[in-house]
Amino acid sequence: MRYLPKSPADREQMLAELGVRTIDDLFAPIPAEYRLKRDLNVPRQMAESEILDFFQQSSRDNAAGYATFLGAGAYSHYRPVVIDSLISRGEWFTAYTPYQAEIAQGTLQAIFEFQSMICELTGMEVANASMYDGSTAVPEAAMMSVRLTGRSHVVIARSVHPEYREVLRTYAQHQGLPISEVGFGENGRIDIAALDKAVTGQTACIMVQSPNFFGTIEDVAALADYAHKKGALLVVSIAEAVSLGAVRPPVEADIVAMEAQSFGVPLGFGGPYAGVIATKDKFVRQMPGRLVGQTVDRHGRRGFVLTLSTREQHIRREKATSNICTNQALVATMATIFMTIYGREGLKELAEHNLAKTAYAAAEFGKKAKVLFSDAPRFNEFVVQTTADPHQMNDRLLAQKIIGGFPLKKFYPELGNASLWCCTELTKKETIDAAVKAL
Amino acid sequence: MAYPKELKYTKEHEWVRVEDATGDIGTIGITDHAQQALGDIVFVELPKPGADITAGKSFGTVESVKAVSELYAPVSGSVTAVNEELNTTPEKINREPHTAWMLKVKIKDKGELASLLSAGDYEKFVAEEGK
Amino acid sequence: MKKATTHISQNEGLIFEKSSPGKRGYKLPPLDVPAVTAAKALGNAARADLGNMPEVSEIEIIRHFTRISTWNYGVDTGMYPLGSCTMKYNARVNEAAARIEGLANAHPYQPERLSQGALRVMKTLADCLLDITGQDAITLQPAAGAHGEMTGILLIRAYLQSKGNPRKKILIPDSAHGTNPATAAICGYAVENLKSNAGGMVDVPSLVAQMNEDVAGLMLTNPNTLGIFEQEIHKIADILHAKGGLLYMDGANMNALVGKTRPGDFGVDVMHLNLHKTFSTPHGGGGPGSGPVACKKHLEPFLPAPLVVEKKDGTLGFDYDRPRSIGRVRAWYGNFGMHVRALAYILANGPDGLRMTTEDAVLNANYIRKQLEGVYELPYSTPSMHEVVFSDRKQTAKGLKTGDIAKRLIDYGFHPYTVSFPLIVHGALMIEPTESESKEELDLFVDAMRDIARECEKDPDLILSAPHTTRLSRLDEVQAARKPILRWKPTSKGAAE
Repeated sequence: MRYLPKSPADREQMLAELGVRTIDDLFAPIPAEYRLKRDLNVPRQMAESEILDFFQQSSRDNAAGYATFLGAGAYSHYRPVVIDSLISRGEWFTAYTPYQAEIAQGTLQAIFEFQSMICELTGMEVANASMYDGSTAVPEAAMMSVRLTGRSHVVIARSVHPEYREVLRTYAQHQGLPISEVGFGENGRIDIAALDKAVTGQTACIMVQSPNFFGTIEDVAALADYAHKKGALLVVSIAEAVSLGAVRPPVEADIVAMEAQSFGVPLGFGGPYAGVIATKDKFVRQMPGRLVGQTVDRHGRRGFVLTLSTREQHIRREKATSNICTNQALVATMATIFMTIYGREGLKELAEHNLAKTAYAAAEFGKKAKVLFSDAPRFNEFVVQTTADPHQMNDRLLAQKIIGGFPLKKFYPELGNASLWCCTELTKKETIDAAVKAL
Repeated sequence: MAYPKELKYTKEHEWVRVEDATGDIGTIGITDHAQQALGDIVFVELPKPGADITAGKSFGTVESVKAVSELYAPVSGSVTAVNEELNTTPEKINREPHTAWMLKVKIKDKGELASLLSAGDYEKFVAEEGK
Repeated sequence: MKKATTHISQNEGLIFEKSSPGKRGYKLPPLDVPAVTAAKALGNAARADLGNMPEVSEIEIIRHFTRISTWNYGVDTGMYPLGSCTMKYNARVNEAAARIEGLANAHPYQPERLSQGALRVMKTLADCLLDITGQDAITLQPAAGAHGEMTGILLIRAYLQSKGNPRKKILIPDSAHGTNPATAAICGYAVENLKSNAGGMVDVPSLVAQMNEDVAGLMLTNPNTLGIFEQEIHKIADILHAKGGLLYMDGANMNALVGKTRPGDFGVDVMHLNLHKTFSTPHGGGGPGSGPVACKKHLEPFLPAPLVVEKKDGTLGFDYDRPRSIGRVRAWYGNFGMHVRALAYILANGPDGLRMTTEDAVLNANYIRKQLEGVYELPYSTPSMHEVVFSDRKQTAKGLKTGDIAKRLIDYGFHPYTVSFPLIVHGALMIEPTESESKEELDLFVDAMRDIARECEKDPDLILSAPHTTRLSRLDEVQAARKPILRWKPTSKGAAE
């Protein structure tokens, strides 16, 4: 086996030194009746060329080479080649959690830069070194709110990603955290009257997504004001990170639960992505996940270490702020490189390209169908209501190698024949025109 | 470091000082032995004024870089003051354990003081524990 | 020193410190639609500016991330014997496979008929993992080991609930990973500690005494965190099952078992796998991981939706119709990119390679144990599987602790072992070499550990002040925790260099 660096002679010699006859003697602690006496039923050992053939065939059986209007929490943005070139270095991807700071300064500094950039972009004061993804960041933010307020009720907008809400329900079900969902108004934003009915003196947090699942930007300042009057926290989920280049950051929020996939992370059929929890300094001790802090070595030189670890499972065990052990360091590093490449000017320009494509597309779609929620600002997604089932239109588009918008009936039956369309900087005008023609 | 005679001690390594004339108010901290065992203290989590604490029960935690330890109340009572200084300078506990107080409480039952250790007994207890 | 020598290392500040207005690392194509400004499109919702985000050129970005990367130690650099983390070789073909366009760029909501390749990858991996674990059903959705634990305990809870009573407690051995108790708490269970016996295994009489109708299950790592196979595993399973409880296996150490024994055969009801440990997907500085959960038939109805299924027409698809499911544990289908890598690893090995990999991992750990026994105290004499745990007791006499020895090991060119875990060992040195080390590398490691033991006797200060050869000496963790600086600010002081 080509990954194993021992010759048969090495093995013989090592066994001899151990004073055992065969390798199976080392497996004696496993009771004989449970030892596997056959080969595993997995494919036979393959050459590298065969392995790549297998995956290339898998790729061909997928939708390679299609233009897409799919967004809905996973966004197709251009990934500069610099990202993969850099993270393919073994020092990045074959290292582990930086427990030994003296030989992990690369990972630690990159994470510190990630935390700093996320703070800069979200208007928060502290960001962790990542959660699994945007969906799991939502329940983590809810549990954090419960700890901070001593209350247990969670109010979440129905315009938060449906799968994020499902994940929240899974986490909350056995922790005694009742969840209320609040619908959306005519403009696509959270329904304020319904919100006021849902919030009680036991509400720990109000959770919204902005831009929300329909692409609509919520009025975060007003919502924060309302939440704080009720003694609750405001949690803002961000699924489309590129929006931060143009959209006012949710500075009034107490916690931001974010998905960083848009920042240079491949779509990858849904993962791996990187979630983030960002918050105010005063809440840092209730944050989940790893944190990197700046310090000095014995000679006073700047360096970085994992810090405030007493929040975490390996020390506090069942009293920890979360059971998470992972940080998505490699994905966070991709995001850090992406944020660095675009930087102060580029992130804005990039976001404005998304706005331009979306404004054009929404206007064109509006000529032939009903575009919903146009009374509030939107980022790069919009909802189109048609007379026919959107699947029919999407089938016509597939013939042109275009994947149409995401049909919403499964999650929002009340919207009828509606679908969610996303345009990014990669969406070409001719593709938009072709889609409108297929309406 | 000597254990001051005017303090009363617990086997969980907290001390209480009853200083005012009425004997109503107890001041609570942790011992030199405790701070040595914990190492560099980086954070203390304490109840808010007005909270009730119960003798023998946890009233907060003290943290070093890689450990969290519970703090146990030497006496029952309600918290009248919290040493806010420790929020920014928890290292005071390492430097002056027997003066860097954590809480002042209005003692509920002065009888509880009788069951606490004297400085001499505590010193013996620590020596025994170390064996 | 035989393995390592010092060489020049580039200094590099924070990326923000290289920034100046007007530098650029990007170029967008010309717009083919009318331009829009944020202010005009968004009105009040537009942001004013992007504050202190950096502005740098492409070459500076390449140098920055290359330079700081060289300050890291990875498996590619050398032996990384971090116990319980399984720092094995991350095959390059895994990376190549995961970057093939139709897989890397697949949108999770693209139509199923255009996702047959991705579904085939997931189905093939699932089938392989089921045979490897001896289980009946599997979900690939959990994003990491601890996430898998949560999924597994929720399955147990849902199953017991369906029998009328979810019960109150989870038993956890005192040697367990911290994620186990933290997970039980998230799932609404109280944690009850189970002590280990003198052999470092579950104390069966204690288990008998503690097992009752309030106990939902036991979370057991096998081999456990001491690298010891729980020899009474079936008895343990029987004790739980007799009182209606279930056995959860933390599969963190499955790399000691693949191809040699199957948890499904020795009574495990549900378990997770760490694809980033046993199946070689990269650790990436802490993540992403992937934590599939495999279970027996009786738990299958409760698995998270969706599951990959073969449809009547022979195509693959997602089954969302799972009314008894515990619900989703994450959006979409899991860390698919890791599924690709793990499958590539399995294909590269085949049944013979997987078995030999397990054998070499166990051989390497036992070899190190043999060579270092007597030099460091071995607290448990029970046979080791894939890792061995020593204690620093001999060295504490000189005032040196496991953490100090670890720092000195850095000077010898190795990544340290796992320090101070498991908690039941005084000053633990937890060493897991994995199968990826040659005899030469193992011998160098043994030499280094022996040299350090001698240094502990002769020159304790040398150990206390280690490492001596790194860019930075020991970092002040106390200051970092007392006065946390968790982000760069324009006023932050620059590097001393």
